[in-house]
Amino acid sequence: MTALDHGAQQVVAPEPGKFEIVGKIFAGRPATVVAAFVIFAFILIAILAPVIAPYDALAQSFLRINHGPSWQHWLGTDQFGRDVLSRMIYGSRNSMIFGLLAPTLAAIVGTTLGVIAGYFGGIADRVISRVVDMLLAFPELLLAILIAAALGGGFWNIVVVLTVAFVPGFARVARAQTLSVKQEPYVESAIAVGVRTPTIIFRHIVPNIAAPIVVLMTLWTASAIRLEASLSFLGIGTQAPNPSWGNIIRDGLNNLFGSPWPIIGAGLAITCVVLSFNLFGDAVRDVLDPETNQ
Amino acid sequence: MVRYIAQRLLDAIPTIFLILTLVFVAMRILPGDPAIAALGDNALPEQIAEFRERMGLNVPLWQQYFNFLWGIFSLDLGRSLLSNTPVTQLIATYLPYTLELTLFAMILGVAGGIPLGVFAAVNRNKWPDNAIRGYNLIGYAIPDFYLGALLLIFFALNLGWFPIGGVGSGDIWSRIHAVFLPALTLAFVKTAFLGRLTRTSLLEVFGKDYIRTARAKGARENRVVYRHGLRNALLPISTGFGLSLLSTLSGSVAIELVFNRPGIGRMLISAIAERDYAVVQGGIIVFALFVVLINLLMDLVYVIIDPRIRVTK
Repeated sequence: MTALDHGAQQVVAPEPGKFEIVGKIFAGRPATVVAAFVIFAFILIAILAPVIAPYDALAQSFLRINHGPSWQHWLGTDQFGRDVLSRMIYGSRNSMIFGLLAPTLAAIVGTTLGVIAGYFGGIADRVISRVVDMLLAFPELLLAILIAAALGGGFWNIVVVLTVAFVPGFARVARAQTLSVKQEPYVESAIAVGVRTPTIIFRHIVPNIAAPIVVLMTLWTASAIRLEASLSFLGIGTQAPNPSWGNIIRDGLNNLFGSPWPIIGAGLAITCVVLSFNLFGDAVRDVLDPETNQ
Repeated sequence: MVRYIAQRLLDAIPTIFLILTLVFVAMRILPGDPAIAALGDNALPEQIAEFRERMGLNVPLWQQYFNFLWGIFSLDLGRSLLSNTPVTQLIATYLPYTLELTLFAMILGVAGGIPLGVFAAVNRNKWPDNAIRGYNLIGYAIPDFYLGALLLIFFALNLGWFPIGGVGSGDIWSRIHAVFLPALTLAFVKTAFLGRLTRTSLLEVFGKDYIRTARAKGARENRVVYRHGLRNALLPISTGFGLSLLSTLSGSVAIELVFNRPGIGRMLISAIAERDYAVVQGGIIVFALFVVLINLLMDLVYVIIDPRIRVTK
């Protein structure tokens, strides 16, 4: 980046340093610190799953069906004799992968569509806006269920389903932001002096609409984790025998008279992680995008 | 106002077409050959040919699209692959149960959420407000199917206060008895959402001049809160009402599964597992049309509550 560019950005929006932003997110908010700690812990668990899981998550044994919690099996075993704690530890991988992957992909696709619609206008804008408005009428969960119903489960299908469910929201925000940034004098003068369109978009538009997009990404990490769990619970997400918090609860419900511990454990994990990501996302929003805070 | 309503109704028609087209595209093109999906990789060529003929998949795509739209208008969505029952008949059987659950959940949610929001707004930043904020955080984080499973284990399985599944027998009390826990599960999140919304919009109204005037002229606090405050806060709340109706409908899918209740959601989910192509398609269409319908109703209710919209649009 040249000195001139840097100077131009300073005039537009004097941006605080990265450490300052991180500091603001945590300052005076003990709940956010706890939330970040919980998120960090679950990411570690997901990465280290093969090391810390006491048993193989898929290993069945008829000798230990429906055991309650014990020193050998902290959360007991399920109807196939699989260790529930190990399944939960491996299940955290699913939640973390989808939670981080889906909002990122949706942000890329949605922002692209939104910037195209907002910057170029015309027919592209009309088509994109119409489809986005229609999809936004659907709650994300329902949209995800309906797409998954047509596509089926499995890793890549879940990625597609979650991404499509989130794209409309990103597209709408990116379009609205692009429209307002496009009116700014520095963009108008860039157009006037004949800067090429891709340069304008990547150097002037995208950096200036980034904050609300990042906020949306953090907030929707929680939604993505919830959605993956819901789809897996419904049997159209992560497929058995691979563990996911959602399908652990599904198995637990089919084994209601056996042991309640899979349901209690996996549900608690989902709730904790979603709650932490929500708290963290709220804090990020308050710092990066204070205007949208109701 | 009539013109505005007519405009809204006309607007909905292209939306419905667009949605139906997307459903068609998703069902026919995306997942590959539905015949192989339904019959498995080992199906004989004759079986596949027979299936394609039965499902109307042996004609060109544009004709399929035409038949698909015509089928929806003439209320013929094909027959279930497994039971050979017409899909419309399945929908007619299961839809009342889903509506019963959704309606009951909404009643509980509104009956809980609005008073809770008023309570929080009146006691702003005191302990009830903070307690309700905590409840909100949990309400947004806890998955409804997990909450449902917990309520099922505790109140139905351990205490035996409620039936473990089903919809009860014919009489109304037994039906209410059976729908109560699932509806309560769905209402838990609604209450959090509507409560927060009521609090926010009520606090906004409380800042207005006419509230100060009402207090100044000596109106009793109850009258200020309910007659001057809540009535004017109803508009944003009514938007939230539509949104929570939509999310209750989507939540009902998982809840029907948890409580083993018949309904459109469970019909859809088991049809996916059984690869019952026509029923999956029918279920998707029902949900999609409901979304359009609820959005349309939201728009219309808005006009009735707030006359200003009629003038500006």
